[in-house]
Amino acid sequence: MSARSYSLWLLARRSLRQHALSTSVTALSLALASGLVMAVLAIGAQSRTAFTIESTPFDAVLGARGSQLQLVLNSVFHLETSPGNLPWSTYEEVRARPGVRAAIPYAVGDNWRGFRVVGTDARMFDAQLLGTRTPRIARGRIFDETLREAVLGSFVAARTLARVGSAIHPSHGVDEGHEHDEDYVVVGVLAPTNTPLDRCVWIPIEGMFRMGGHVLRGGGEEYHAEHDEEIPDAVKEVSAVLLAFDSPQLGLELDREFNKNGKDATLAWPIARVMAELFDKLGWMDRVLTLVAALTMLVGAASIVASLYDAMHQRRRELAILRALGARRGQLSTVIVLEAAAIATFGALGGFAVYASILLVARDILRAETGIVLDPAAGHASLALVPLCLVALGAACGVIPAWKAYRVEVARDLGPTS
Amino acid sequence: MTRLVLELADVRKGYAAPDGARIEVLDVPELALAPGEQVALRGPSGTGKTTLLHVIAGIVRPDAGSVRVAGEDVARLDEAARDAWRARHVGYVFQTFNLLHGFSALENVALASMFAGPAKVGRARELLERVGLLGRLDYLPHKLSIGQQQRVAVARALVNAPQLVLADEPTGNLDRDNANAALALLRDTCRENDAALLVVSHDERVVERFERVLDLATLNRAAALGAKA
Repeated sequence: MSARSYSLWLLARRSLRQHALSTSVTALSLALASGLVMAVLAIGAQSRTAFTIESTPFDAVLGARGSQLQLVLNSVFHLETSPGNLPWSTYEEVRARPGVRAAIPYAVGDNWRGFRVVGTDARMFDAQLLGTRTPRIARGRIFDETLREAVLGSFVAARTLARVGSAIHPSHGVDEGHEHDEDYVVVGVLAPTNTPLDRCVWIPIEGMFRMGGHVLRGGGEEYHAEHDEEIPDAVKEVSAVLLAFDSPQLGLELDREFNKNGKDATLAWPIARVMAELFDKLGWMDRVLTLVAALTMLVGAASIVASLYDAMHQRRRELAILRALGARRGQLSTVIVLEAAAIATFGALGGFAVYASILLVARDILRAETGIVLDPAAGHASLALVPLCLVALGAACGVIPAWKAYRVEVARDLGPTS
Repeated sequence: MTRLVLELADVRKGYAAPDGARIEVLDVPELALAPGEQVALRGPSGTGKTTLLHVIAGIVRPDAGSVRVAGEDVARLDEAARDAWRARHVGYVFQTFNLLHGFSALENVALASMFAGPAKVGRARELLERVGLLGRLDYLPHKLSIGQQQRVAVARALVNAPQLVLADEPTGNLDRDNANAALALLRDTCRENDAALLVVSHDERVVERFERVLDLATLNRAAALGAKA
């Protein structure tokens, strides 16, 4: 920094110190606004990525006839109720289709302490079959499909403090309900995936069929499974089948087969598209939030103008003294713009703290509600653009009071005369 | 022949009154100061003393005439050039000292040098030591007595080693003892720095201490005609 630049910065710094209260209040309002803008944009982007790309190792969900979105929300995100069940035969048929790399049956409808219990099979945890997004066992082992054993998602284990060896009692329904008689023993805990899988309790699907009070209607009539009696495939039913394909071409074929030509089942494919459509539909909410936050930022910026412009009146004499000492009009204007930019910079820096705070709170809420984890440290363009825009906006706001400083006349504003 | 520090020739300055009439404030046919010379300019309020100092310092441009200071015709320079020139060549002691309130004594003095080039912090410290304020370098103006503020103002006027120091009623706010001390300080430090000194004052106790005294009522023909400054 040159000596002259330093002297201008010294002037700006001292002025900010002299007006510490208004500087702090203005910087605080800018920090809140910029933090909010960054948080809205970053949460929006991270949520979209998490819900559309990173949430599941599967390509499609097959379920009862109904809404694709409901199907995805229920079976992938565990947020909705099941639209109905599919007969076991449909699962077997789709599993046998060439090009289907994996078809995993899902049976839902119970919970343990508010966390959904999912009946499935051990292939759900087969990384070779499903790829890198497959949930991995962190402690213990995968359940034995013939026993009453359970595997807990990482979030469930953390929240309930259940460990390998703990006994659990599923309850009927996805939220509350009467407790089933069956005991399940926890035999494994999954490593965190930062996806909805972390919020599930996994048991063998056979266990779900045999849970007391459960009725199977796959054969058209009600069937209650009896102890030591093999359940005929004809009566079995599943809530959904999660599918992974060898190629997208099969997705097109199945889409045509189930959604366009069929009447009994719905294929949600690709899962990312279904969720992207949801985000597109909710996009207006993001835009409104961003607009409100941006307006808050503008109001904050306007307060820079107000505080500096008001201060100009009492600073006219000080500025006239500086002019008399040899300061040029442009230098004084530069000082005012520097002050405005500095206030905005303080606001932008404070904005990071606000951003981090909002992200931490949002992360906990989103994780508790969906299992998806936001990363406050993750980079996003808004983290650079918003502060830069704010500083530029702040400097621009300094132009009006700077113009007032420019117009200070030594002879008029210095006084008194003799 | 010694080159003059200050030469005014046929300087005139006027303002437009609110009713549109032209008011002549200054009409000075000539005024000259030699290097190191100390001159008092006497005149009652309203005779254009401050306007004359502003014209000499290049704060305002005269309507006519030439104002040569240290060989430069200030009246011909544009405003930015006059500002830069003033910072380098003229020291100004204001009637009310006009120290900057948010700045320490040392910063008040050093800041004046920043507009003339690189900050002369060492010289600012030296001058403050010379005026007995070495122990008050970090004091803000409101923590200093009136006499101490005056000394800071004198040090500030001299920090750029100007060839000309202008003082506008430099003892106006001081009691008798402080006024004497301040004037002696101003004169001594100007002498030590070989700077010419032009003091305007309506206080006879100040004026009578100078060997050369000019009467503004006579020097300024506009004042002689009774115009209001």
